[in-house]
Amino acid sequence: MKSRTFLLEIVMIAVAVAFLFPVYALVTLSLKDPGQISQSPLALPAPPTTANFTEAWSAAALGPSLVNSTVITVVSLVALIGFGSFAAYFLARAATRLGYGLYILFLLGIVLPFQLGMIPLYELVNKLGLIGTHAGMIVFYTGIQLPFTVFLYTGFIRALPREYASAAQIDGASHLVAFTRVVFPLLRPITGTVLILNAVFIWNDFFTPLLYLGGSGFETVPVSVFAFVGQYVSDYGLVFAGLVLGALPIVAVFLVLQKYVIKGFSSGLKG
Amino acid sequence: MTLTTRPVETPAAAPARRTRRADALSPSWLFAAPALLIYAAVVLYPSVVGVLYAFTDWSGVGEDMSFVGLANFRAILGDEQAMGSLGNTLLLTVAILVVQNGVGLLLALGVHAKLKSRALLRVVFFAPVVVSPVMVAFLWKYVYTPDPSAGLNGLLGLDVDWLGDPSVALWSIAGMVVWQYAGYSMVIFLAGLEGIPVELHEAAMIDGASTLQRFRYVTWPLLAPALTINLMLSTIGGLKLFDQVFAATNGGPGYATETLSTVLYKQAFVFGKFGYSTAIALVLALFVAAVSLVQMYYLRSREVAQ
Repeated sequence: MKSRTFLLEIVMIAVAVAFLFPVYALVTLSLKDPGQISQSPLALPAPPTTANFTEAWSAAALGPSLVNSTVITVVSLVALIGFGSFAAYFLARAATRLGYGLYILFLLGIVLPFQLGMIPLYELVNKLGLIGTHAGMIVFYTGIQLPFTVFLYTGFIRALPREYASAAQIDGASHLVAFTRVVFPLLRPITGTVLILNAVFIWNDFFTPLLYLGGSGFETVPVSVFAFVGQYVSDYGLVFAGLVLGALPIVAVFLVLQKYVIKGFSSGLKG
Repeated sequence: MTLTTRPVETPAAAPARRTRRADALSPSWLFAAPALLIYAAVVLYPSVVGVLYAFTDWSGVGEDMSFVGLANFRAILGDEQAMGSLGNTLLLTVAILVVQNGVGLLLALGVHAKLKSRALLRVVFFAPVVVSPVMVAFLWKYVYTPDPSAGLNGLLGLDVDWLGDPSVALWSIAGMVVWQYAGYSMVIFLAGLEGIPVELHEAAMIDGASTLQRFRYVTWPLLAPALTINLMLSTIGGLKLFDQVFAATNGGPGYATETLSTVLYKQAFVFGKFGYSTAIALVLALFVAAVSLVQMYYLRSREVAQ
């Protein structure tokens, strides 16, 4: 038994090493100059250079993009958690046909591809003057991610005993107070999941910000990196330094929170 | 849980009492109003208008638009690129579905075992999930370089034009998607594995079941809910695949890696055929809806049977 576990450990580590090959290429190439890359593409950088990073940082305008991505992601998350949990409270607790109907309506949003409404939505956003603004992106992400958020919250609230809120209400609290003071704090585990899943999606989304923010000066990180890579396509050292810098914020957040991220992903999706 | 606490009602008295009960103890629908408003504005209204556009010849510029009935859908049937992309999308989806979940399951079984490195392994396998798909695609563009001394070719001593050879390119795209999301499937399977009581395995072991038998008769049936979620997520993800293809090949070489999403993007924003593009989007939506309904029905019924 012991030796079998040991063998499995060796196999899994070997798989992990093979799995990490693209990451090895990413990091080593970002530390090489063009000469090293063409001469010995797979070798370790000797000597490593950081020139690619300083150049990529300014050429891709990553500073402003980081601010844009952060503002859009954080405000969207606050809106999603607020609106999503309130809606789910009604959907999970209402014993009416309306509650069930609305729940199904929200579920529909998980299945509908956004491409179906892509063009009408673009017109709408354009008419409202929200193209190229943070506000436009925030409204978009809130709307597009609400179905999934509502789905996660509703499932969690359904499993929560009603008595907590009833007790508060018998003591004279309104529905609003009972929810915000009593129920919402109990939702912390699922709020963590909602936060993480939506943060990863919003931070990394590429297509919509390309469409709505392209050329506006309010580009998010993936859009800036995309434009940057297009410009320096053949200079792998520089391109990879840009990729490392672009991915670093979300990977750093992940590494700090990884325990909760993995737990949150699984508990949220256990259904 | 809520059902068991509700008193049994006679059918005649039920509607009136339920309404009164809802008034007293259920929160007002106003709780859902803000979310509903935003959801309707961003998803529902544009989707409904999208369905209408699918039956027009709108070019995207000006008000000039006329209803053309089913002409767009007939055009799709005769459009080699669109039909090819439909085939590609289905092939990609099946490949991703099978390989991603197969690999995810094996990884989950591996890191579920009592290994010293299991915490680290979980982090390693999951990390690509949090990176932007566009950036992963750029990274893999290099991994798939045709240069025999670099990338995957250099590592394995091969001479394959991974993204440039039309007969290979689609599978190369599938490979990079699987690399990024195998960790996602792993985590969901892992949640399922952790929910299986140890006693069941112990009992099976006492009965003399082999490792393989325990997997077949204990683990596998109890993984059904995790499998349902995994299959649905990878199917929907595969059918809608855009970023990875757009950044890695832009549908090429030729139309070898074109998917429904890249074709409808090009029809709208390159050729200005907004009506036609939305018709393709509608076909995509119907595919996603049909497949997820069938999967949900079939897999859920399998779960209940356990």
